[in-house]
This record gives sequence, structure tokens and C-alpha cells, in this order.
Amino acid sequence: MAGELVLLDFWPSPFGMRSRIALAEKGIPYEYREEDLRNKSDLLLQMNPVHKKIPVLIHNGKPVCESVIQVQYIDEVWHDKAPLIPSDPYQRAVARFWVDFIDKKIYELGSKIWKTKGEEQANAKKEFIECLKLLEGELGDKTYFGGESLGYVDVALVPFYSWFYAYEKCGDFSIEAECPKMIAWVKRCMQKESVAKSLPDQEKVYEFILQLKKVFGIE
Amino acid sequence: MSKAKLVILDCWVSPFCMRVKIALNEKGLEYEAQAEDLFGGKSELLLSSNPIYKKVPVFLHDGKPLCESTIIVNYIDETWSSLPLLPPCSYGRAQARFWADFIDKKVFDACGNIWRSKGEVPVEAKKEFIEILKQLEEALGDKYYFIGTTFGFVDIILIPLTSWFFAVEKIGGLTVEAECPKLSNWMKRCLQRESVAKVVPPPEKVYEFVLMFRKMLGID
Repeated sequence: MAGELVLLDFWPSPFGMRSRIALAEKGIPYEYREEDLRNKSDLLLQMNPVHKKIPVLIHNGKPVCESVIQVQYIDEVWHDKAPLIPSDPYQRAVARFWVDFIDKKIYELGSKIWKTKGEEQANAKKEFIECLKLLEGELGDKTYFGGESLGYVDVALVPFYSWFYAYEKCGDFSIEAECPKMIAWVKRCMQKESVAKSLPDQEKVYEFILQLKKVFGIE
Repeated sequence: MSKAKLVILDCWVSPFCMRVKIALNEKGLEYEAQAEDLFGGKSELLLSSNPIYKKVPVFLHDGKPLCESTIIVNYIDETWSSLPLLPPCSYGRAQARFWADFIDKKVFDACGNIWRSKGEVPVEAKKEFIEILKQLEEALGDKYYFIGTTFGFVDIILIPLTSWFFAVEKIGGLTVEAECPKLSNWMKRCLQRESVAKVVPPPEKVYEFVLMFRKMLGID
């Protein structure tokens, strides 16, 4: 069942982190390959010709693209350990809704926070916090979004924590001050080895953002 | 056993609502479609069932709301599991989800870049629209439907969007059949299915709606 598993990835990608966490949760060994996105490998271009993006999960030579599809695939193939996706169809649909919400909102708004200034940045910050508050509402008093154990929504969201410091420095605001429940949930997740070893250091991500800003000519 | 109550908060021209109705028809399920007036005033039920996006479709299963058409179609498939819409193997499902995601990310926006243009339609917009359709045509290949010989998930996600293609063709001055004949044949095959035919409106009717919407938006 395990076969050969390769993950084409890029260390600061929150999307790559999702698959890393899912594989680690299930204790599945795989080969991690770092891609240089300015010089994409032939393998990446061959395995993801449509989007040419990471992450790509290659299982026995066959590619699975898009992080949320990868997490679902990993959960189905290695279903006997650490299930991530709810078994009840309604709970599953609710989890998918929130993962879709995270995909629609968090990355784009976060990008606007570090890429823009003035009114555009202010609006992005406001909407970003509103989205986190909606997610806090969904979390409620649960330990994780998945209940007592890490679930699909947790895996989809927690990688963005590695970018929070960069957002805060660029946007001059504190996420913890606005959304303490969210940060408390993050800290619980970070106590899990699968999460802690899949997320890069926040300072490293901030340095990377500063480099990107130089390259894009953003002040 | 009492029959479950299935309701869809609906709009006749929304391709996203059409997806849900086709899936329900494929499963032989009876449901009530409640028409929402998206311009006049959304119902209290819609606003309370979908507080985040306030959009149709919303699917209510015994009063429990589900939002986002692709998620709803998945839910219908998993809850009423006979005549499955997704392939049985995990890899096949991953492939189906990939193309559904591609369609969701690309097709409607590409249509919009054409039908929403003021004045002359940008060449780039037309080029991008055709490129996206060609990619889908390549994925279809020589198969009868996107997942082999059975009408399924990817077909359901895409076919409703094609009801807007006539409007795109008229406004953009292009022909889908000339550019993508295989995809065009697939469209005709799908439209022959009863589950699809009784849901998808005639393209001319959608075109009339788009022209009216353009006026409303101040484009015409």
C-alpha cells in the first residue's frame, strides 16, 4: 500500500505543509524534494502540467495535485491510522466548507497584507481578522476543529500560522490580541510533532517575505 | 420511514444550482426548489442558512443547510450512495476532484471576462477562455464522459456552465464547436440525459438574462 511516495514541495508553502502534516500524522515515510520555483524541475512540469505548481504528491509514479485533494487522498488510502476527515457525510460537508473558506480567503488576504500599503492593506487586515474570528466561532470550545483529534480543517489552517509573524510585522498588528482563541488553538496544534516538524520557523518565513518584497520592488 | 425533506434554495439561471438539481435527479430523489429573488430581496431562510456568503445554492436536508455546489454534490453522492457519481478507487477520485477544482477555479470567471466586457471584448479574454476549454477537451480525450463511460461528478460540475457558452459566443464573437468539437459533442451527449435536460435552461434564455444583467450593471 505504501509504495513509493515523493512530495515535490517548497519549504515556506502553507499548501505543502498541509500534505507534510497529513503524512506525518499517519506515520507514512516519503521522499521530500525541494523545488526551486524560479527554475522548476522537469519532473514538476511533467507531473503538474496544468498548474505547474507545488505541492505535487507522487504515489507510485502517479501525481496527485492540489493540497486539499492530496490530504483527502492520503486520508482515504491510509484510512486505518489517524483519520482526518469525518466519517459522517454532513460533518464531512461542513469540514469541506471551512477548508474551502480558508482556501478562498486566508492566503489571498494574507498576501495583500504583506504586498500592499495604506488603505488596501488596512482593508485586508480588517477582513483577515474577520475571517479568523469566523473560524474561531466554528472552533468554539473544541480542542481542535476535528474535535478531540486533529482533523481536516486543522491541517488546512495551521500552516498559515508560520506566516503570522510576517503578516504582523508587515501589517503592524497583533493577531493574538485580536484572536486569542485562534492562537491558543495554534499552540495546541504545535504541541503535536506532526505539526511542529512540518512548519518552518516564523522568523525564517519573515526573512523570506522581505526577500520577496525586494524582488518585487515592494517597500 | 418518513421521507426526508430535500429543499434547494435556487435560481433558474445559476449553473451552481443546476449542479445540485442534476445530482438529485441522477439519484432519483424528489426535492423542492424554492426560487430566490437575488435582485429583489433574498429570503430570511437563505440569509440564515448561508450567513457567510448569502448565496445560492443552499441545500437543506431535513432543515440542515449545506453550501457551495461542489460540496453539496459530494454530500448527495455520499449520502445516497447507490449509482455513485465518483469512481471507486482513491486515485480516480483524486483525478475527478482535480478537474472539478480546475473547472471551479477557471471556467465561470473566464466566461465573465467576456460577457462582462464593455465595448470590444479583449483578445486575451477570448484566448484564455478557449485555452481553458481545450485543456478540458484534452482531459476528456476520446471518452464518452469525463470519467470513462459513466456520467458522473466532473460532467455534473461542468455541464451547467456550458449553458452560459451561447451568451459568451454571441458577445465574444467565437464558436465553441469550431474550437473544441470533442467538447461540443460531449455537451450534446450530456444534454440528452433527462436529469440534465429538465434542469438546464435553453441557451437563448440565458443569453436574454445576460443581456438584461449587462444593462443592470451599466455595461450596455
